[in-house]
Amino acid sequence: MILGSAAETESCGAACAKLLRAGDIITLSGALGAGKTTFARGLLRGLGYAGEVVSPSFALVVPYDPPEVGLPVLHVDLYRLGHSEDLTELGLDDGLAQGALIIEWPERLRDGCYPEALAVQFEMIDGQQRRLTASSPPTWKKRWPYPA
Amino acid sequence: MTVILGIESSCDETAAALVGDDRRILAHKLGTQEALHRPYGGVVPEIAARAHVEVLTPLIEAALTEAGMRLRQVDAIAATAGPGLIGGVMVGLLTAKALSYACEKPLIAVNHLEGHALSPRLADPTLAYPYLLLLVSGGHCQLLRVEGVGRYKRLATTIDDAAGEAFDKTAKILGLGFPGGPAVEAAARLGDAKAVPLPRPLKGSAEPHFSFAGLKSAVLRAHQAGVHTPQDIAASFQAAVVDCLIDRTAKALATCDDVTALVVAGGVAANASVRAALEALASRAGLRFVAPPLWLCTDNAAMIGWAGIERFAAGLIDTLEVPARPRWPLDPDAEKVRGAGVKA
Repeated sequence: MILGSAAETESCGAACAKLLRAGDIITLSGALGAGKTTFARGLLRGLGYAGEVVSPSFALVVPYDPPEVGLPVLHVDLYRLGHSEDLTELGLDDGLAQGALIIEWPERLRDGCYPEALAVQFEMIDGQQRRLTASSPPTWKKRWPYPA
Repeated sequence: MTVILGIESSCDETAAALVGDDRRILAHKLGTQEALHRPYGGVVPEIAARAHVEVLTPLIEAALTEAGMRLRQVDAIAATAGPGLIGGVMVGLLTAKALSYACEKPLIAVNHLEGHALSPRLADPTLAYPYLLLLVSGGHCQLLRVEGVGRYKRLATTIDDAAGEAFDKTAKILGLGFPGGPAVEAAARLGDAKAVPLPRPLKGSAEPHFSFAGLKSAVLRAHQAGVHTPQDIAASFQAAVVDCLIDRTAKALATCDDVTALVVAGGVAANASVRAALEALASRAGLRFVAPPLWLCTDNAAMIGWAGIERFAAGLIDTLEVPARPRWPLDPDAEKVRGAGVKA
């Protein structure tokens, strides 16, 4: 799927918000500036969040909780993570028990750590356009609204 | 003299300090692990709660030894209670609670951002409220009107990336090494700031906020185009950041005509171009310019101890029930940023 602008990337994220349930994981892959945080911003807006959605690169984990959002979400960025063992320190399992995880830079996870995740990839075509591809696990097959 | 033990463990740094109400720092101990560089261009954040646990108690003991004090001689214990990574914050806060309970000393829960906001007053006794603070670091980019202890008005914030994050990612894109801020600054000195046309996201915008994500993407495109040298891109990038910071700070200054000074804090305050441009802006506005020493701008425990001093003096004591808060806005009433991310 081709996304023509950052606004379209955000809209796509917002559309996915409608499908999100507790226990879901969405991983976002792509180069710096490819649209990962923009997609996450759309998703959080779709969940009703009205405040600023900032890059989680520095904080590693930014939690969003009701009543600001309809479903608790941990917005995670593994870009700076050094050791996969550190993952347990981020409290992701607790977050998953109550809500959903949006994980940027999942490449830094151990392989196959979250096979049940909806894996979304962004490729930069030019300054504006992005190519989005998603590989959806069985739990997402019926929900994912776009061609795989 | 009132002496407070300050504890910081909200992100990558573990630290303990003893600070007096006469602004003397009796001891300050940092557990930094800066040697751990990574090929992808960053320091491994020592996020493990167990790492904070292992170093915190020895740091507190070392601080007490350096100050020649016993724990029972301190007047209160202040610890960062957020915002930050929950594991680290809980280690610092629970340690403070345990010490508070055992020694029967008051507990003071400090917002990490409040530590930054009040730290200029630790360095400069003449700095009076209200002042305009530009807090600009790897994790934050905010303009705050600091009106008093516990009284902060957020005038602007980044809607996407922090300025320091833009420096780090630009350094990574250009292959300039780590740490990103000084690496970009050094490369910029050898480049032409007018060579590469880069955007100034939100400059001149009616909304008061910052945005740096589009600038980062523009740096990536300029690099991939292969036309300009990394030095020219670095210089042009730095000029764009300075332009954005100055434009937004000037806009905020125009809305508060009673501030006594323009103050900068956070790691990006180490950048000489940023500092010089802010100083010139303050001069044009007829204001004092205050920049705390760099070690006080980056994460440390002295600023938490000092925030403890200020809160203690104002009678702001917390109970042992006070929670750790991973997200904790300094100004909960700040107007929400409804705009989407801004494209370059």
